Amino acid sequence: MDIFANLAVGFETAFTLANLFYCLLGVFVGTAVGVLPGLGPTATIAMLLPITFGLPPVSSLIMLSGIYYGAQYGGSTTAILVNLPGEASSVVTALDGYKMARQGQAGRALATAAIASFFAGTVATCLLAWFAPPLASMALQFGPAEYFSLMTMGLVASVVLAHGSLFKAVGMVVVGLILGLIGTDVNSGATRFTFDLPPLADGINFVIVAMGMFGLGEIIKNLEHEETRSMTIKKIEGLFPTRADLRRIVGPVLRGTGLGSLLGILPGGGAMLSSFASYSIEKKVSPNRAQFGKGAIEGVAAPEAANNAGAQTSFIPMLTLGIPSNPVMALMIGAMIIQGIQPGPGVITEQPMLFWGMIASMWIGNLFLVVLNLPMIGLWVRMIMVPYHLLYPAILLFCAIGVFSLNNSDFDITLMAVFGLFGYLCAKLDCEPAPLMLGFIIGPMMEEYLRRALLLSRSDPMVFVSSPISATMLAMSLAALVMVMLPALRKKREEAFVE
Amino acid sequence: MRFIRSAKDFWSGIMFLAIALSTIVIAQDYPMGSAGRMGPGFFPAMLGWILAAIALVVLIGALTKPGEALEPLAWKDLVLVLAAVLLFGFLVRGAGLAIAIPLLIVVSAFGSVKFRWKPTLALAAGATVFCVLLFVKALGLPLPVLGSWFGA
Repeated sequence: MDIFANLAVGFETAFTLANLFYCLLGVFVGTAVGVLPGLGPTATIAMLLPITFGLPPVSSLIMLSGIYYGAQYGGSTTAILVNLPGEASSVVTALDGYKMARQGQAGRALATAAIASFFAGTVATCLLAWFAPPLASMALQFGPAEYFSLMTMGLVASVVLAHGSLFKAVGMVVVGLILGLIGTDVNSGATRFTFDLPPLADGINFVIVAMGMFGLGEIIKNLEHEETRSMTIKKIEGLFPTRADLRRIVGPVLRGTGLGSLLGILPGGGAMLSSFASYSIEKKVSPNRAQFGKGAIEGVAAPEAANNAGAQTSFIPMLTLGIPSNPVMALMIGAMIIQGIQPGPGVITEQPMLFWGMIASMWIGNLFLVVLNLPMIGLWVRMIMVPYHLLYPAILLFCAIGVFSLNNSDFDITLMAVFGLFGYLCAKLDCEPAPLMLGFIIGPMMEEYLRRALLLSRSDPMVFVSSPISATMLAMSLAALVMVMLPALRKKREEAFVE
Repeated sequence: MRFIRSAKDFWSGIMFLAIALSTIVIAQDYPMGSAGRMGPGFFPAMLGWILAAIALVVLIGALTKPGEALEPLAWKDLVLVLAAVLLFGFLVRGAGLAIAIPLLIVVSAFGSVKFRWKPTLALAAGATVFCVLLFVKALGLPLPVLGSWFGA
């Protein structure tokens, strides 16, 4: 199949008035969320999911992905202007971006972020278009044993790349897998872990878990350390970088894009790890390394390119294999299932309009971001100044209405509160909610494939190592686990996350 | 308890262990089946044992390696946020949005150290009007503005 013919299908789908509107709406809301403090993309997507139920599948996925990469982008605006990254992946952008803003170069920093993000987004979208179809056709050959091993590898990678304690992350994955079991067993019809509560018979909706842990839990944590933010920006001017600036950022942007694209594909990688890694690389290779941390333009360009590329390529495992690489992708998978689409390698061949439409919309969305952000910077600045104590009651309200409207059930609201409490306790104990979310979504699929693989092999567990593909994936998972447990590497890993 | 060197890890381990043990106990009630024909209890029991093993590793780590102490819980924020949400769930059908929304806003806003009546009440009023217009009028969600308790 010709990639240009495919992209033509995609642009045809994306260029309808309705889909352009949802794309624009998505990136607009996403940017707003990225700019607003204390509200991550995971909670926002969970909150807005119910609104997309009535939309056609393509439009709803276009809008949701727009929110995701829009939030990536909006986070950098706050990072540069007020030194408060709205999003974890923008933490390193704040290091040099805010220094530049303090020196009166906010415009230069913002423009650099925009250019770097747009370039990276374009490249990553092309990579997605090139690599997704062959990957998916390879995955179509997979049997249940290969799928089980693939999911194991995905979960292991998400644990290895998560920050914090390795064993706690593994524990959270398993807790997620167990939570995913709640409900009716497909094979036997038995209800499991429902405590005889009828609303639990269908299992817990992933939106409730995400809103409880990422929404409520986060709010309680933020209230504990309520910050005061002050805005000391002078007028923002000089939104055009000079030719000399452009020459300085070419290298960092290219390296950031490459690294981000690569890390984005890995489960658990995504935008955050990409931006951290690319910043530390630039700090080592840049000829201006002495300037880093004091307002180096390279320190803005590289991580911004990397996090946008990573955000985009993290769609690859989700679209080709049906395996989420981060909580946002887990929510996207949930959104697809609600729309009646079985995520996995079949999507590309069975729903070409949906697949290519989404890819085309990503490029359009990246273009919208540049257009939206630079001229409308005044609006975003005003949004930054919305005080948190007026913001969080409104967020809670949206969470409550969103969860209630899933099934018109007040039980769901109670359940969300339970997960809010659990999420807060986990935060207190330094247990990451992201691995739990991945386990929760993957759990039921994993059980299904494990059962099927062992049924087909007549209960011979060797089936997982007799297939070369499955054996390779399990070996890689094992190697990754052993490697991070080695003391020398473990220290390195901790250092990498401290920075 | 001087032998606990990392309180955070210790309580994480206890939490994992509690979840693991309840999973194993509950899974006993479901047919196990065999590895080739797994019953509904097989996979849960397996996960329970894996989690129990992880819990032990975390607990051993907490006793041998130094780590962070546990910060106290922010009880006030915790209770207010959860109460606000639960109250909304309790009231939304019976009393309707016009009562459930302002209460959620005011109760949760109490959690902030910067709470002041005037802006909070203004926010409550604005949010109520906005949500009724957006969710009930524009999106047509089946949410009552005034609920069944008022004969609506």
